[in-house]
Amino acid sequence: MTQMHVDLTAVAYLVAAVLFILSLRGLSSPETSRQGNIFGIIGMVIAVVTTIMNPEIVSYDWIIGAIVIGGAIGFVIARKIAMTQMPQLVAAFHSLVGLAAVLVAASAFLHPTSFGIADAMGHIHTASKIEMSLGIAIGAITFSGSVIAFAKLNGNMSGAPIMLPARHIINILLGAGIVGGIAMFVVDQDLEIAGVHIFWIVTALSFIIGFLLIIPIGGADMPVVVSMLNSYSGWAAAGIGFTLANTALIVTGALVGSSGAILSYIMCKGMNRSFISVILGGFGGDGGLAVAGAA
Amino acid sequence: MHDIIVNPFIQQFSVFLLAIFVGYYVVWSVTPALHTPLMSVTNAISSVIIVGALIAAGPEAMSISKILGAIAIGLAAVNIFGGFAVTARMLSMYKKKK
Repeated sequence: MTQMHVDLTAVAYLVAAVLFILSLRGLSSPETSRQGNIFGIIGMVIAVVTTIMNPEIVSYDWIIGAIVIGGAIGFVIARKIAMTQMPQLVAAFHSLVGLAAVLVAASAFLHPTSFGIADAMGHIHTASKIEMSLGIAIGAITFSGSVIAFAKLNGNMSGAPIMLPARHIINILLGAGIVGGIAMFVVDQDLEIAGVHIFWIVTALSFIIGFLLIIPIGGADMPVVVSMLNSYSGWAAAGIGFTLANTALIVTGALVGSSGAILSYIMCKGMNRSFISVILGGFGGDGGLAVAGAA
Repeated sequence: MHDIIVNPFIQQFSVFLLAIFVGYYVVWSVTPALHTPLMSVTNAISSVIIVGALIAAGPEAMSISKILGAIAIGLAAVNIFGGFAVTARMLSMYKKKK
């Protein structure tokens, strides 16, 4: 890659990132909302085309095939879905972003050289190990959490909160397992426990905690949860963005991450619910609110 | 001094931190009726993760990584096309109501 190509690529990603900012800004008010959607589309086209122009991308068949199939499915769903089913559709879409983040992080782990994040010996750089494991963990939580949110909103699962006994202890242990596993992976890239690579153990624990964090939250609070999961998908994207040293991904991830968190806070205020108590339904340190409610 | 450049991570982190603030301020004034469209457009935008998937699926040589990349492209594409299309649909209804 020539210097000029590298610079042009960086500028194009920056333009895409700015368009995404304008898109979110546009969606905040009715007059500019449609324009905002169009800015988002243009930003996405620029990001995708810029990436495909990268000289390291040489094989297009699968790329085009996957875009055509996925795009057609997405488009048909968007046209056919009833407006009343919008919240669960958004939840379902979040689960796909989470899963995509998991797959990208997994392929970076399996094939670090094509992402340019390993030395000649195949050792992944320390920073990249931290970023990719955070990316896969948050992506996995987004996926499994969104699946539950979808099932609750769509009526495949009762909207009533499911309270496991000792759920806080289980969650704390799982969380500690994830953090500890990431630390072990960063120290020793090839660590295996009982024949399973530590990276996959972290992934599995993250999928499980995603389920457990959302099942205790009641159906009425689900829209807030969907917005929180949106925020998570942003953080996952940012993690992968650091791994790839890609400005568009980092900016977009941060943007989606923080705006999603703020939006869920605003939604809670709108519903006259305390943000903390909604989140505590799942995360709570002591579950005092839930217990008080039951008693 | 000229021979020493800032660690690229610090630069990326600066951009990351500033973008968090942008995200924070940009949505504060959103009208309640636009919550769902805003969420769906944000979701579509977060599919920019497709950039990573394209890099994974790009090399000529066949590998698990390439297969995972292609699947991730498909998932992100569902989101991109579906997300923007459904947002456009919601916004057009919103306009009619007015």
